[in-house]
Amino acid sequence: MSQAAPSIQPAAERPLAPGAAAPATGDAGPPPGGATRPHGPGLATTIAAVLRKELLVELRTLESLPGMSLFAVTTFVVFHFALNRGSVDGDLAAGILWVTLLFAAMLGVNRLFVADADQGGLDAFLLAPVDRSALLVAKALALLAYLAVLELVAVPAFALLLLGPSLWHAMPALLAVLALADLGVAAIGTLVAALAVRTRARDLLGPLLALPLLIPVVIGAARASAPLLSFGHGGGPGARWLALLALYDLVFGLIAYAVFDFLLED
Amino acid sequence: MYGRHLRALSLATVALMTAALALVFFYAPLEAEEGFLQKIFYVHVPLAIVSLCGFVAGGVMAIAYLRTRDARWDMRSYVAIHMSLIFALGALICGSIWARGSWGHWWVWSEPTLVSFLIIFLLYATYQPLRFAIEDPERQARYASVFAITAGAFVPLNFLAVRMSTAYLHPRVLGSASNLPAPMALTFLVSLLAIALLWTTLCSYELTAKRARAQLRALRRELAGEDGARVARRPRSAAPAIVATGQRGA
Repeated sequence: MSQAAPSIQPAAERPLAPGAAAPATGDAGPPPGGATRPHGPGLATTIAAVLRKELLVELRTLESLPGMSLFAVTTFVVFHFALNRGSVDGDLAAGILWVTLLFAAMLGVNRLFVADADQGGLDAFLLAPVDRSALLVAKALALLAYLAVLELVAVPAFALLLLGPSLWHAMPALLAVLALADLGVAAIGTLVAALAVRTRARDLLGPLLALPLLIPVVIGAARASAPLLSFGHGGGPGARWLALLALYDLVFGLIAYAVFDFLLED
Repeated sequence: MYGRHLRALSLATVALMTAALALVFFYAPLEAEEGFLQKIFYVHVPLAIVSLCGFVAGGVMAIAYLRTRDARWDMRSYVAIHMSLIFALGALICGSIWARGSWGHWWVWSEPTLVSFLIIFLLYATYQPLRFAIEDPERQARYASVFAITAGAFVPLNFLAVRMSTAYLHPRVLGSASNLPAPMALTFLVSLLAIALLWTTLCSYELTAKRARAQLRALRRELAGEDGARVARRPRSAAPAIVATGQRGA
């Protein structure tokens, strides 16, 4: 058994006796004798590399982005006909915008880890001597990028299709709300995507797990956007809703960072 | 030997629940506005509180599992969440009955407490489908623990988020302590303890039953010899697997 140990194990370490069981840490990291890992790239380098790979793959295959954007625009059109109104404003406008963005984000979340899990990219990453949280951060940043592009398409479409022209001045003020809500969706979406990708009903479980967790984000975002999208609006988005979004993003970002390693141990 | 405290726990639970019910029906005064209907409060609120604490406890046990990799913590986490889900369903039903009686509607969407609780219930309802969808037992335990921790952290945040919306139809009984007169407070406390003890006892029963079943399966496997694998194979399930050794006192 000691012959199968990796060559990086220090020579001074006693090989385990043949009958002894290996400690059941369930951890595919360095052997318990304190052997040193070969010096791999740092966290920032790893994140940059994985992020670059993600964005390159997406640019070449265009797997998620056109689908998400088209879905959002189509949904706005459907809403236009379903609601039978010329334009919407206030709570209704905020609600339509955020529900549509959320469901379009679910499309992106479903696809996030699929290629890696199916084609061995995940295994390759696990074999590399890098910090595994880098995968979480890189994928979350990639999802954030997809959401940004989605909103670049969807929000003007929303303004054109559903908002009356007198409300277009609110668009820039929405940016803060969009940014904070996107961070929350990215953190939770990545965690849930990693959780769901290696289960049997991955397309079903992803949204099923993510949507309840994202309801506070929807609440915060919709409440914050509603005054922006109303006629005669008094001031910007409510500070407490932005604070709620920021708090939620922080807490779930930290939790996702803490638990993500346990998902990758295979 | 597991299950050794079951008799004491059961007796204590029965005693405390009887005391609680006696207090509810004979001691607690009738509330001015709602009259007798208000007494459902002594069942509804403890069920809700115990289930929420149970969800968070399930998350804590999941942390213990991830740190120690002892399958018994995963089993405890599973049972805690499972039992809390049932208690949450009870709270929702009682609350619905109370809502129908005092507000005239079975459900109101404008009320943050109800909506928070429903969201949490829906979230935890996905726990068992998640477990069921993963076949490898070790991975099932790991992924379920990650979910339990995330959802456990979600419980307080969700209440905060939804409570920040403005409608306040649901009585804010526990917010200001001066709301409850002493006899009602006592009755409430006893009810809360009774339901908490009921939760603990039911969880113990479920844990004991699962271990006993695992032991039985192991013994059958031993008896069947070479055919053992065929005889005692466990169908795929959402509950964690325990590998028992087939000896008494495991």
